[in-house]
Amino acid sequence: MTLRKVAMRRGTPGYAIALLTMYWHAAAWAHEETGQAAGFLAGLAHPVSGLDHVLAMVAVGLWGAVLGPPAIWVLPVAFPLVMALGGLMGLLGFPLPGVEIGIALSAIVLGAVVLAESRPPLWLAALLVAFFAIFHGHAHGRELPEGTSALLYSFGFVVATGLLHASGILLGAAHRWPAGRALVRAAGGGVALAGLFFLWRSVT
Amino acid sequence: MRSARRFAFVGNAAAAAIAPSSAHAHLVQTGFGAFYDGLAHVAVTPADLLLVLAVALLAGQRGMQAARWALCALPLAWLAGGMLGARFPAETTLPVLTTLTFGLGGALVALNAALRPASVAAFAMVAGLLHGYVNGATLAPGGASALALAGVITAVFCALAILSAQVTTLQAGWTRIAVRVAGSWIAAAGVLMLGWLARPVA
Repeated sequence: MTLRKVAMRRGTPGYAIALLTMYWHAAAWAHEETGQAAGFLAGLAHPVSGLDHVLAMVAVGLWGAVLGPPAIWVLPVAFPLVMALGGLMGLLGFPLPGVEIGIALSAIVLGAVVLAESRPPLWLAALLVAFFAIFHGHAHGRELPEGTSALLYSFGFVVATGLLHASGILLGAAHRWPAGRALVRAAGGGVALAGLFFLWRSVT
Repeated sequence: MRSARRFAFVGNAAAAAIAPSSAHAHLVQTGFGAFYDGLAHVAVTPADLLLVLAVALLAGQRGMQAARWALCALPLAWLAGGMLGARFPAETTLPVLTTLTFGLGGALVALNAALRPASVAAFAMVAGLLHGYVNGATLAPGGASALALAGVITAVFCALAILSAQVTTLQAGWTRIAVRVAGSWIAAAGVLMLGWLARPVA
């Protein structure tokens, strides 16, 4: 069925949309702020392009959910800020030895604390998360691509990281039920195991 | 070796601050005229948009009075800065300074800083002057009219009014935390952008 036929059919839910699509032509934006959407989308995609990053970010959210307030929001607020500092270091070319090992260790440690339902003082939990955030940020800082809107790329990158934390928090919400608690701990164990694999891969 | 590296870092930072990037002298062409081009300009200029977001979150977070003061201070300062920029244009977008303003705004929101309404208004005024100046200085030489600046101010006012009003109504709980998280994202983007601006050029 052609678009026009869809538009002409009364009662079709897509009636108005089809008409809009047919007659609302996009304006030509010459010389303008090119690469912005690409920059934001590239930034959004970057943190999810590496499983080691994804698992560690989700584990931060899981741990926050296990610890409860105020850690549930302190950890996800602290992580992007410190990760950005790590990114700054990477962008400026500050050397940080063993970045890949640090990232793998972050998955092992964060997964293990979720598995063990470890409840250290808030300052210690924040310090641990911030320490590993430096490694993740540094790795991302070195990998930022050329040719896109730097600011939108950075913002997309930070938003994606935050959304991964939020995913971990949502998963961790199941911790209040007995079955959910086992599931969250199992997820932590899975992250730790994957971290071991990443560690093995980074040292061989 | 270390002093050479430090020197290179300071040199890069100074170069980024003193030799800003080239100006984008064209407005978005919406096809609806200069006023709407100005309206759209804020939406497609990330540094401006993030500043408006940061000020709105900060003002809303600090309560009704702070939001009212910011609602007066930011658009008026933006207008004054825009007129200054149009009158005394400098071929610059001052990216380090504009990044610092929205990054600082985001950090204040993330920290839930206990600012008085006058302090929020002062911050909005300084930031508005700066971003308005950059708008005026870069748009006017490209042929943008006063109507375009009016569109920019209108967009700033509307976005600020809607968002800050919404934030003032939020009750304590996860919604207030979400505001702080959004502030931390804006601050983190600012930190990364500063690194981008100061990084060594290959």
